[in-house]
Formats: sequence, C-alpha cells, structure tokens
Amino acid sequence: MTDDLSTGYWDGARRGVLVLQRCTACGHVRHYPTLLCPACHSDTVEPLEASGRGTVHSWTVAHHAFDPAFAGELPYTLVTIDVEEGPRVLARLEPDPADLRIDQPVTIGFAPGAGGTPVPLARPA
Amino acid sequence: MTRDGVSLHDRAAVVGVGETSYLRGSKDSALALQLQASLTAIRDAGLEPGDIDGVVPVGITGAPAEEYIANFGLVDLRFSAVVPHGGASGIGALQAAAAAVNAGIAKHVLVPSGRNVSSGDKAGVRIHQMPQFRLVTEFEKPAGAIAPAQLYAPMARRHMELYGTTSRQFAEIAVSTREHAGMHGNAVMTKPITIDDHQSSRLIADPFRLLDCSLESDGGAAFVVSSPERARDLAQPPVHLAGIAMGHPDSPSSITQRPDLTKVGIAKAAPIAWGMAGLGPDDVDVAEIYDCFTYVVLCQLEDMGFCAKGEGGAFVEGGRLRLGGALPTNTHGGLLSQGHMLGMNHIVEAVRQLRGTAGRAQVDGAQVAIATGYGDMGDGGLAVLTRGSR
Repeated sequence: MTDDLSTGYWDGARRGVLVLQRCTACGHVRHYPTLLCPACHSDTVEPLEASGRGTVHSWTVAHHAFDPAFAGELPYTLVTIDVEEGPRVLARLEPDPADLRIDQPVTIGFAPGAGGTPVPLARPA
Repeated sequence: MTRDGVSLHDRAAVVGVGETSYLRGSKDSALALQLQASLTAIRDAGLEPGDIDGVVPVGITGAPAEEYIANFGLVDLRFSAVVPHGGASGIGALQAAAAAVNAGIAKHVLVPSGRNVSSGDKAGVRIHQMPQFRLVTEFEKPAGAIAPAQLYAPMARRHMELYGTTSRQFAEIAVSTREHAGMHGNAVMTKPITIDDHQSSRLIADPFRLLDCSLESDGGAAFVVSSPERARDLAQPPVHLAGIAMGHPDSPSSITQRPDLTKVGIAKAAPIAWGMAGLGPDDVDVAEIYDCFTYVVLCQLEDMGFCAKGEGGAFVEGGRLRLGGALPTNTHGGLLSQGHMLGMNHIVEAVRQLRGTAGRAQVDGAQVAIATGYGDMGDGGLAVLTRGSR
C-alpha cells in the first residue's frame, strides 16, 4: 500500500491530462485518490487518463478573495463537472459564459494557477 | 412513530447552560472564554466545578480535557472524548455526554466551547489546518476554492437550478434571524434588515451574498449533561434529551464528489433522532437550526422532513420561521446574527426556550425544541429536546 496517492494525478496535471484512479480488482473509477477501493476494498490501483469530456453539475462565481493571491483574478467561476468516466472534478471555467446551465458539455484541461500549480481548466465544448 | 429499541430517549438531561457575550475583538483568549462559559453553565445547574467528572470539549476550538482538570482542580475526571465534526460537534458532544451519563461512566459531563477568531486566522485559512479539509486543500484550493462560502455555494446553486429556489427565499431566513437577534440582546448584529437589504448586499460566492453568510465572532458557550434522576435535584427546570443522532453525508470530505449535492448528513440522522424521540417535525415548537449560511438552514429543513426536497424555498416564505410563525427558527439570531459559536449557542437557546426563560424571543409554552449541527463538509446532527417534569 502506498501513501503517494496523488502522484498519478499531479504527474498527469503537469502534462495537462486528468488522471483518475481505477481499481484493478473491480474496475471502479475513483477521484479523489483513496488507499482502498470503496467498492471492493482492494488496494491495487492503476492510473486512468480521463477523456477530458464532461458536463456541468454545478458552479459558483467567486466575487470575494479569501486569499490575497486570488484578488487579481476576481470574479472567477468554479465549476463542478461530471467527468465522463464517473467521478467529478472542480475546475476553473473560461471564458465565463453568460448563461451557464446544468448538463452543459465542457472539455477539461489544465492551466497554471496562482503559484504555478496546475489547475483543472474547463471550456464550453 | 415508534422508538428504537436501545436508545438515549429520556436518559439524559441538559441541566446547566452558560454563555459569554458574543462580540468581535474580544481581549480574552479562547480558553478564557471557554472557562467563563463553563463556570456559568456549572453554576446555572446549581453545581460546583468539582462536581464535573466528564468533559467533552467541542471541536477544533476546544482546549483538551486536561485544561479543565488544571483550571477547575478536578481530581476524578472519568470521561472525556473528542468530537471533530466542526459545527456538528455540539450535537456530537451532547450525544457522547448523554451516552456516558446513561452508561454510568460519569455523573455530570461538561461540554465547553469558546473561540477568539478576531485575533487569529480567518475561516479561509483555518480550515486548511484541519485534516477534514485535506482533499479540499490539495485538490481545490489551487483553483481558488478556499473558504466555506466557495465550497458550499455549488450546493445552493444546484438546488436553485433543480428546484427554482431563489435568493429572495434565502433572504427570508436572513431577515427573520436578524429580527430575533435584536430581541435576544446578546448578539453581534442587531440592526433590522429587509429582503431588499439582502438583495443589495455584495456577492461573496454566487449565489451567496454577504447577508447569506454567518459571522466571524468571539465568545464562549457551554452546557452540562446529567441523568434525568439527578436533574430533578438540581437548580433548573430539567430539559430532557428525547432523541439524538449524528449522520455523515456520502463523500463527507468532498462536496465536489458527493452523489447528491442537495443532501447533507442530517438526512441520515433525522429519521433516527425522530424515531428515538417518538416525535416528528409537526411536534416541534421551536427550531434552532445550524445556519453557517442561509441555504444550509433551508437544506436541513428538507432533510429533516419539515418539507419535501425542493420545497424548502416555498417553506421559508411568508414569515414561517419568524416568532409568531408556524416554526419559529433561530430565536437567538443564530450564526448569521448572534455570533458564530459553532452551534453551541443553538443548544443553549433551545434549553432556554424549554425553560421558558428566552425573554422577548420566548415561544409561548414551548414543549419540544430541536437543535441541529452542520460541520465541515456536511456532517450533521439532530437533537430533540423536551421540557421535563420535576
């Protein structure tokens, strides 16, 4: 069992690819990373590169910076996305569309965020 | 409703409550505030600090039990526990205290809390020091999802999109809660507000406006739990624990990954607590519902069965939650207007209502009160309290 749960995700993020966990015992796809598969409790896992396709589940538009590092980016949209493979991802959305709606198709990539960390970035498909 | 077999029904009583002033800029440390509130609660019960043989400090703000041994000179502390469920910790601590009293492990269990956030980090910094927010810190904070307002807003937005819930309906909750704070007296925000005031307050994290958000404030609150038999001999009219349960939402550490964004942990706790109490929503005279954000009240009302999922918006309209309405709610002003005391102030207020000592905000003849908790990413708790008899 490894505690380096997130290595696959962050390696993928730096390449611009969303990497999820897939259980090699039962095939269950999960995110965020866990040690055990919540479906079958196996600890064997492989990285799964997501297609990058998803749909909008919900969202918020940030108008207040709770961290000064984000003050210059206001307002920005955070979108909760149903990823085609099953789990969800929280991403920044650009450009900000006038009328966001549930189930709207998006594509998911990555872009450097504040501090250089790769951040999921969604665009209307 | 029938009662579950093994239960805490009428097996514990809240015998003492205490609070400090709620304010911003307190010069007292969190521990000093906890000790002040604790002494008030212990003496309210007609007890002395040396009578306390159990301590369940609440959540992240609680000093360890050892601090109470040191400051109160306790010589025989027999029970302590930790309840790390954020704003649901008060209900969790009540459950733990009741279980300890019922099992005979301890006679009088103190549940203290207190915080000074004026002198320390704000919520957007604090939560990232907590293990419960580990996934948010690693995966969501880099995108700019930093504070609870931003983490919870997608729950409210999803509810609005699915059910047509409106910001003006959230405002109903903010307005009635503020009105009650003004009647209570010990509150940070007492100036009356209107729905238009709410609608013109600035956006924080859409759909949450400033007046949808709870306060950052300082203060202390505490209560003491004893057996109903011992309660009869103490100073105050006994308030009995009729039913209590805790519940955790699916994906408790990540709202993003939660299958149903519109449900929180109390949806699992409520049927158990109602069943234990042999009571239901129609029996409630006064409700003290955890209100870190207006929407969280609306969501819990649905999840507890006061109305169906999706009907919370219409339910809170028309003054239903005001004193004089069908379900007077947060008669102390809640976290939105009285002060953010992690829901401990909700438990204190429920007890005062059942004693009939809630002052101008008293609900006439209140016999059944509820207090709820909501913590971190949606851990939930429901306590059903009733006026006991001597």
